[in-house]
Amino acid sequence: MTSVALKGLLGRKTRSILTGLAIVLGVAMISGTYVLTDTIKKAFNTAVTDSYRHTDAIISGEEIVKGANDSPTVPASLLAKVRAIPDVSAAAGGYLFDTIELVGRNGKTISSGGAPNLGFGVDPSQGRFTPISLVAGRWASDPHEVVIDTNTATKHDYKIGDTIKAKGNGALGTYRIVGLGKLSGVSIGGATLAAFDVATARTILQKQGYDAISVAAQPGISQARLAREIEPVLPPHMQVRTAKAQAHQYAKQFEAGANVITYFLLAFGGIALFVGAFVIFNTISITVSQRTRELATLRTIGASRRQVRRSVLVESGAIGVLASVVGLFSGLALARALNALFVALGIDLPQAATVFAPRTIIVSLLVGTIVTLLAGLFPAIRATRVPAISAVREGAVLPRSQRAHWRPYIAAAVTAVGLLVLAQGLFATGGASAVLELLGLGTLLLFFGVALVSSYVVRPLASLVGQPALRLGGTAGRLANANARRNPGRTATTAAALMIGLALVAFVATLGAGLRNSVSDALDKQVTADYVVTSSSNSSTPFPKGATKTLAALPNVQVVSGIQSDRARAFRASTGVAAVDPATIAKVYRFTWKNGSDAALSQLGGGALVDSSYANKHHLTIGSRLTLETSAGSTRTFVVRAIYHAPQADPLLPSIVLSQTAFDRIFPRPQDQYAFVNVTGTPTPARTAQLKQAFTAYPDTTITPKASWVHEQAKSVNQTLDLFYVLLALSVVVSLFGIVNTLVLAVFERTRELGMLRAIGMTRRQMRRMIRHESIITALIGAALGLPLGVFLAALATRGLSSLGVGFHLPTTQLVLFTWVAVAAGIAAAVVPARRAARLNVLEALQYE
Amino acid sequence: MSAFPEYDEVGVPLASVRAPAVVTASHLSKRYGQGDARVDALCDVSLEIEEGRLTAIMGPSGSGKSTLMHILAGLDQPSEGTVSIAGLEISSMSDAELTRLRRRHIGFVFQFFNLLPMLTAQENVLLPLQIAGVKPDRAWVEGLLETVGIGDRRTHRPSELSGGQQQRVSIARALVSRPTVLFADEPTGNLDSNTSKDVLALLRRSVDELGQTTVMVTHDAQAVALADRVLFLDDGRIVKEILESNAAEVLAAMQEVTGQ
Repeated sequence: MTSVALKGLLGRKTRSILTGLAIVLGVAMISGTYVLTDTIKKAFNTAVTDSYRHTDAIISGEEIVKGANDSPTVPASLLAKVRAIPDVSAAAGGYLFDTIELVGRNGKTISSGGAPNLGFGVDPSQGRFTPISLVAGRWASDPHEVVIDTNTATKHDYKIGDTIKAKGNGALGTYRIVGLGKLSGVSIGGATLAAFDVATARTILQKQGYDAISVAAQPGISQARLAREIEPVLPPHMQVRTAKAQAHQYAKQFEAGANVITYFLLAFGGIALFVGAFVIFNTISITVSQRTRELATLRTIGASRRQVRRSVLVESGAIGVLASVVGLFSGLALARALNALFVALGIDLPQAATVFAPRTIIVSLLVGTIVTLLAGLFPAIRATRVPAISAVREGAVLPRSQRAHWRPYIAAAVTAVGLLVLAQGLFATGGASAVLELLGLGTLLLFFGVALVSSYVVRPLASLVGQPALRLGGTAGRLANANARRNPGRTATTAAALMIGLALVAFVATLGAGLRNSVSDALDKQVTADYVVTSSSNSSTPFPKGATKTLAALPNVQVVSGIQSDRARAFRASTGVAAVDPATIAKVYRFTWKNGSDAALSQLGGGALVDSSYANKHHLTIGSRLTLETSAGSTRTFVVRAIYHAPQADPLLPSIVLSQTAFDRIFPRPQDQYAFVNVTGTPTPARTAQLKQAFTAYPDTTITPKASWVHEQAKSVNQTLDLFYVLLALSVVVSLFGIVNTLVLAVFERTRELGMLRAIGMTRRQMRRMIRHESIITALIGAALGLPLGVFLAALATRGLSSLGVGFHLPTTQLVLFTWVAVAAGIAAAVVPARRAARLNVLEALQYE
Repeated sequence: MSAFPEYDEVGVPLASVRAPAVVTASHLSKRYGQGDARVDALCDVSLEIEEGRLTAIMGPSGSGKSTLMHILAGLDQPSEGTVSIAGLEISSMSDAELTRLRRRHIGFVFQFFNLLPMLTAQENVLLPLQIAGVKPDRAWVEGLLETVGIGDRRTHRPSELSGGQQQRVSIARALVSRPTVLFADEPTGNLDSNTSKDVLALLRRSVDELGQTTVMVTHDAQAVALADRVLFLDDGRIVKEILESNAAEVLAAMQEVTGQ
């Protein structure tokens, strides 16, 4: 019987391939995700291990405040003490992986795809401690020299002996290139490298002491022993780690980040597989009902129910295994595509030789095969209900199950349970993962429920979305309309596959529209300035305070008010802290006061402003005391002077706000995050151009009129949306295979009928049009179910996210666009089946058995 | 109504049935629908099929001959009455018991051949054994393929065979498990008259040479001429029976029955 099933599969090649394709994409996504993330983890690990090749221990500052701009630096005086330890063979202080921009001949920062601009301070006599390996030339040894990476040199045509501009925390400087190097063992896309000698790097970065001291042991001394010997000479807040431990810690941190990408992408693989399961379920169901006579014949010659069930399961199992194998290897190609996608969206991932782990193979094959088998289970059970007598009856159909009359109730119950679980998830108080699990499960059930219910609404829906076909398609359109309705269960399942993809797309679009709206509302309300100055790469990156100095001197400029920010420890947790200029902030930023007024700003002095929800959480009132510890380890207490309401969406100021004077006194390397500018009159293009002139020395800093800045911020949501759209497109493509499949099977099933239509005068063109309209109607049913469902889910989610200030906003334009996408999908899906139908030989079709 | 009204009508004494019966049906009725839409496909039919003989069931369309055969073969359930094959009462059998019955006792030949398109002729013939998990007896299968005349076409798929050849394959498939009884449902209904003759001759030979008990539903007079016994059905009842007939007799009987 197994061989019968497998031969049947070969006999229906096109169908089997189309069915398999539905699962290939999902499996490819899983395998591609693993390949991609394993590869970037490997690349990072290699880079870290390589960079500690000649290092046995690293001395660095303890991280006091999580996520702060800086860790405490290592005092320069420590270096001599470390070198004096007998078991130390060499030690060097330096700067590793700081940010120093290289500025191209056009005066703009050299950067591509959001890759980092890395800066290093290298002791030329101790080159072995640096992660950079010199390819040509020598290390920089005076304040006017620099080593840059070979990649940047090639791409932007720099040679040894050329000059290049670079900028750290101060103003732009010009340096002569004396060497070319690269990070060993890894390429980080468009990252730039700039290595100076230690003293120059210190000046450029405006740091005191070193980032770290790298230490090498005498031969025969273990890393652990070396670390133990260094320990006693360390001042407070300094730590020593073995190179192994340090590499391990970095790798673990990176892995945590990479895992987020893995789960994110796997989720889309899961969605594609879920949609694929619908397609496979439908295709196998149709095949089973078309093979009624064949299955009945097997029964008459002695096949048991179990054998019939097994033959259908063997068939889906074989499709599953083959498709999974194809998907597994397609994943290798998809990994590259995914990487390209991330680069296009400005996320540059490290690269190394492709990693194809056994886990990737096992998970991909198992998941693909199991999903296919599960999807084939119901049709297989249905196949066992074929009675032997169908072998001798004309036009035998599968009998309805005794449980068939329960179907509407089951459909309603599944839908209801899905809604309940969703509600549970929305109002759940558990952790984020519990809420997400409930929402995911609820959505899954809801999709199932709607798919089950949809077979009851296919007929009315088809007559609604079939209107254009009726009006425009003539006879072909009318027949298409009738065809779409003649087998509601089949049309419903086909449409349901598309519904899932479209619902998720509509969900994302609606949520995105809400997010965009709330971002621009919140920013509009907070900022009253004419212009906003930010780092041009990313508004969360700080920029040097010096950048705005020249601005104030310009005519027409009335107010320049900067906001600095960093993190500090308060109430044993890392908290965002900002600094404002009390004299000018009220002219550019609108506070919503809970207790206090703008007048409180003038008396801020050594006091603090706190956000109302933070105040509630820690029982702070006006006059309460608040102790902050900075990343440099200094501690100071502030008195709460006023309490304000930060907006729920996109607050520009964190929970704690200090005056700049107080902030500068305790935080290391204070930098601006924003600066707001007021001018006389209104912003005009000419004025904007004039203001931009002031930033030539700070190429990574940019000034934008407030209205366009708000617009840009809101638009940045779009990039995330685009990523979602591209990844969801995968499931839409899977559902397209479903439509193609159903239509091909329908053409096959209606061969005789199509022959008759041709015999009584239908043209090939009309034939194609008929199939195309049926396809469009199916796709539109999917849209009619999916788009409202997605909007509904988004409405629920915005309720759940209301604490974040995300409102509900209907993205009308996008919804119209998605409907057109569905129509286009329908047309695309009809190409192959329509051609098949048009090519039928009339005479043969009429005699078709 | 007597127990065997048909017999009384045609005046054939029960004593003429000499060979032992392998299929016994008593008081079979089959009704479809209810109330005004009710159709009686069979009315109180009783009969016995004797071993090693070719029994033909004839009758006009809608006479109930197919229904009768479906019930005799356990494909359909009678509304009333019982059927036993090889001494086993089948009308109350479960699906699993029916499956076992088909494997051991029943062979089918269909009007539309019902061969699996993706299997070769030989694979189609071996399928019942494969399904039952029985090892084929090579000599027997070889002989069978030669006997039905498809020895040289065994590797061909159904689509590469003529209608007659396909029906030969399907007869070999029915014979391969040496069933107690072979049911043929209009075996020549889809063939031209020359091919029909060959196929019928083959069925006849399987009765003569293998002693294969065969029940054939047909409205082909040629077919009937080869039968050892012919039952005529009309309106759900057996209305006539002819033994050791010839074509002329059958034609006459047909005309008598259908009133043509």
